[in-house]
Formats: sequence, structure tokens, C-alpha cells
Amino acid sequence: MKTESVLEKMLISGNLAVTSECGPPRGAVPEKVRQKAELLRGYVDAVNVTDNQTAMVRMSSFAAAVILRQLGIHPILQMVTRDRNRLAMQSDIIGAYSHDINTMMCLSGDHPQFGDHPMAASVHDIDSIQFVQMVKKMRDEGKFQGGADIENAPKMFIGAAANPFADPFELRVARLAKKIAAGADFIQTQCIYNLDKFEKWMEGVRNRGLHEKCYILAGVTPIKTVGMARYMKNKVPGMDVPQAVVDRMAGVPKEKQAEEGIKICVETIERLKQVKGVAGFHIMAIEWEQKVAEIVKRAGLYPRPDIGI
Amino acid sequence: MEEFEPVIVAFCCHFCAYTAADMAGSLRLCYPANVKIVRVPCSGKVDTIHILKAFEGGADGVYVAGCLEGDCHFKNGNVRAAKRVTYTRKLLDDIGIGGQRLEMVNLSAGMGERFAEIARQITEKIRKLGPNPIRNLTRPLSEAAVQISKEQPSQ
Amino acid sequence: MITAERKPLEEIIEYIRPFQKILLVGCNECVTVCAAGGRKEVGILSSLLQMSFLKQGKNLQIREHTLERQCDPEYIEELTNLIDGVDAILSMACGCGVQEISRRFRDKPVFPAVNTKFMGASERQGVWAERCQGCGDCLLGITGGICPISRCSKQLMNGPCGGSTKGKCEINPDVDCAWQLIWDRLKALGLEDRYERIIPAKDWRPGRGAGPRKIIREDLAE
Repeated sequence: MKTESVLEKMLISGNLAVTSECGPPRGAVPEKVRQKAELLRGYVDAVNVTDNQTAMVRMSSFAAAVILRQLGIHPILQMVTRDRNRLAMQSDIIGAYSHDINTMMCLSGDHPQFGDHPMAASVHDIDSIQFVQMVKKMRDEGKFQGGADIENAPKMFIGAAANPFADPFELRVARLAKKIAAGADFIQTQCIYNLDKFEKWMEGVRNRGLHEKCYILAGVTPIKTVGMARYMKNKVPGMDVPQAVVDRMAGVPKEKQAEEGIKICVETIERLKQVKGVAGFHIMAIEWEQKVAEIVKRAGLYPRPDIGI
Repeated sequence: MEEFEPVIVAFCCHFCAYTAADMAGSLRLCYPANVKIVRVPCSGKVDTIHILKAFEGGADGVYVAGCLEGDCHFKNGNVRAAKRVTYTRKLLDDIGIGGQRLEMVNLSAGMGERFAEIARQITEKIRKLGPNPIRNLTRPLSEAAVQISKEQPSQ
Repeated sequence: MITAERKPLEEIIEYIRPFQKILLVGCNECVTVCAAGGRKEVGILSSLLQMSFLKQGKNLQIREHTLERQCDPEYIEELTNLIDGVDAILSMACGCGVQEISRRFRDKPVFPAVNTKFMGASERQGVWAERCQGCGDCLLGITGGICPISRCSKQLMNGPCGGSTKGKCEINPDVDCAWQLIWDRLKALGLEDRYERIIPAKDWRPGRGAGPRKIIREDLAE
């Protein structure tokens, strides 16, 4: 074990890990964080806390992660390189670790053009891969990126993102290899609807033995309405929603669409269980957190295995 | 009250528009004397500065007349002219002179009637628009023309 | 070249409204190439300003001149013959030129007539695109001749990100994904192996990181 991370423990035990997401509120409303957390308690091993997702200002992921930790939930601190330079990042990492947060994700972040502050300057002092290297150096060498020693260096379980559906496809396995070489311990993928493409990516991953060097958590998102399916298909860069999925949602009356979306999600998880190299699932039910419990149960992932956490 | 007689400058390309004007002449067709023709080798020779100097000199309206689409003797001079006219119209709007005072027209060498018609139509349009807002405040057209590509030395 | 675009006319008009006689100076280099502030643009702006002020009942006097460039003191010296009686200077050069004029003529207000944009190159006639951000430590030799700092919207040195779509950037389908371009180029050169080499975190000191920069050539400086 590299860290004290509960997620690491679950993955090492050989059981399928389950994580989900908690998007902090757009205001100083800690109660909303608590409510979302309680919906997930017991159904997932750890909870991602997003960082100004879609470049919209929200309560900082650090603050929300601390709230979760105080509730006894295990947060995965997401951090993007868009808003912070390496000083601020290392500073927040030490700070988070001081609050008993030991699992994090190193990401680039959505461009400000998508958010509510398109006039802001992006930082991008380092990119996501250099970020992974930096956190690994802090953990394994006990040193800051600049070279000085860290007093009680943070031992973070390091995550990164992978998107098998972005272009160019031929690079997507190599990019994963790069992140693993940089030091990524686990990966969460973009949500999967195109299983054929995902399996093809996994084949490339397995050919290079990458699934043994790093734990891959497959991302899934339940679709609420056919409108949501169409939106994701047409308007979200890097998302692959096959027409068959849209048609399936459209083929069902409005009041039944939510249930169909959950069905598709559960079926996806079942199929992904058969894919060698998938170490767990990351369920992103944005603003629909109350359905996570149901999905976890119907996918046969409840109760969470008792591994003495 | 004196009726307003607009001054219109027409930049006409040698191969089509000017030839059409010539034909209008030979056919003894009437077109308003308000239109002052400036012959250019191609409508693509006309640039923003020439149009602006015409207005600066007090012209009430300007048009650039080139060949029909696809027929430009110099391949795409008329296409360039059209783009510049569009660009210059915006500039004229920005300074409050009015982009409607400037137009691009296309015709062929044999269209004597059309030439006269265009001249009449534009003259009437400008007559309704009224005089160039800076008409009486400016130097005469000839002086403006002299300054087109000359740098002003120390005074 | 350094690219620029003429400022909105209203802004320029407001700058020079209080003045009677201005010197309008163009530049024969970069801003001429991108059709923003050369001799031709000086003539056009002069005519536009003249007409705009005449319409408001004011006869603004404009003295026009175009220098070879405005970023060298020797050329700026030429303006000393033209400066008498002028109460403001309007420069169509990039920010460098405006500042050099301002430095030389301390008692005259100097205004920029263009917005300086970026260091770029002509993609085709009438279209200029950003190519360089002056990071001070050029890595074009290892990225197949395409700069990830100026051409990637997130300046990733180990891209592409997960938003790259059909060779275009997630923020705008008109913007190429720099890392797609880099990958295509590495492939064309038979250098695919280079892709997996991690480019480490950049030292920004040669760039803006260590404050405003200066180059001193000991063999040339007097």
C-alpha cells in the first residue's frame, strides 16, 4: 500500500471499487454538500469532489472535501491546473492532507470559455501529467516540485482522468501510458455509452499491460431524458453517445425515460464487469445523486465488501 | 428654397462599366449630370481610401461599377471591389456619414440602358437621403483628390 | 509579425477629442503586413477622423506620417521635424512603438490607434493566426515544429486533453487542436516514439516569470 487511502485498500483487495461524485454548491451552503453526501453514504467507497466544474465558480473542492471528511465520508479531491499555479496546488495538497484527505485527481480542467467567467485568465502553470509527477514526487521523495524537503510529506493516492472517446483515438492508449508513467495510481474514465469503442480501448490498454500498473474505474452516467442524451451527443466535446442509445430513450414515453436511463446504466455496468482490466466504477449522477443508491444495488454492488476499513 | 442636387462619384471599370457608359452616350440616352465618372482599369483598383476621399471632398453618394460576376477582365477584381465596398460601408456608418451612400453595382459592356438606369436610380436615392452631412464644411473635391497618396510635409 | 487591429473608431475619437492638431504616425513593418497601421491605414483613419469631426463642427488638423518602424529611436527621431504645434500624437504601431514615441516626446500625449494582438503568421491572404507567446525557451524542436504554448488553449505540454474533437479544440470548432497537429507531424516525421516522452514542468523564468525582460548584447551595446 502506498497510502492510507480507503479506495486503494478496496482496489488492492481485488473487489470492484465504486466511487461517485459530489458537485459543491454555487454558494456558501455547506448543507447542500452534507445532503448529497448522505445520499451516497454506504453505497460508494469514496466520493469525488469536483473543482469549479465546467469552469463555473463553486465552493472550493478543498472546502467541500473537508466537510465530507468531517462527516466520515472519504473524499477524492479533484484539482484542476486551470485555476492554480504549482505553489497554490502544493499548498492545497498539504492542507488537504492535514485534514485527513489522502486521495486526489489531477486534471487540466474545462476551458473558462464554457463557464461563467470567460473573461478570466487561465493559469495552466503545469499540465495534468506534470501535476501527477509533482504529486508523486511529494509522496515518494518527500520533496516539493522545486526540490526542497516537505515536513510530513502528504501521501496521496493519485488519480487522473482518461477519455477513450476523445480524438484522436489512436493516441488514447498512449496518453494513458503517459499518465501511468508519470505516476497515476488510478484512472477514472469519461462516462461510457459506446461499449464497443471502450472495449477496443481496453484491448489496447491490456496489450501494453497498463491495466496491471494502474486501476481503471469505468465511468457511467444515468440518462434522465432523451433531451439529455441528445445534448450529450451533440454539445459536449469528448462524449460519445451512440444513436442507438438516443433512440432507445426516445422510444419510451416521457414518464418512463428516467427508469430507462437507469436500466441502461445498470446494463452498462453489468457488461463492463465482463471487461478484463476494469477495476471498478465511477458513477457520475450529476444533480441526480439520489439514484446512485438504486444503481449500486441493482448492479449487484451492494453492500460494499467489508474489508475492515 | 434651392433644390438639392446630389454630387455622385461613379468609379467605373474600363472594360465593362465605362464601356457601358460610352454606349449610353452613343445611344443618346439621358442620365443625370449629377454622376461624375472616374474611369479605372478595374473596379478592383478602387480602394477604401479613394471612396473616403470622395466623401471627404463633399460627394453625396459614391458607387463602384464593375463587371458581372465571373466576367472580370482581371479574374476577380470585381469580387475584391465588392468586399471593399462592404467594408467601407461599415466605416461610413461608424462615422455617421451613412453606408447607404455607397453601393457596388455590376453590369456588362453592352448594358448602356442599364448604365443610365443605375445612374438615375442612385441619383434619386441620394437625393432622398439628403446632402452629405459635411458637404459645406469641406474642401472641394479636386483638392481632396490631390491628397490621396501624398504625404503632408511639415507645415 | 506582431499583429494588431484598429481600435473601434469611437474609442479613438474620444482620445483625440480635446485636441486641435494631431500627428498620426503609421509603421511600415508588422502593422503594414496585417493591414492595421501602415501608410494606407493612416490615410484611411485620417479621412475618417476628419469627416467625423467635421460633422460635429470641428476642423481637426491631422499631419500624417509613416515611419519605417516605431521600435527604434533612430526612426522616431524623424518625427522631431513634424512635431511643432502638434498637441497630441496618435500612433498606429503596436504597443512597442507607441511606448517608444511616448518615451521620446515626453510633453505630448500619445495614444494607441490599434489594439496589439499577438505574434503570428499569415495563414493566407487577410488571415493571421497566433503562433508564438514568447515563452523564452523554445520547444519547437521536440514538438514537430508546432507550439503547444501558443496554439493549445490550455498550453498543455503533454496533450491533448479529453476535449479534442475531430482535430479541433473544444472551445471553438475553428481552432485546431494543437496536439492533433503535433501528433500528425510526429507521425509524418516517423517520430511517434517522442509522444510518450513526458515534457516536464516548465520553468517560466525565461518567459514572463521573472518580470519584464531585456536582452543585452555585450558585443553590441555601447
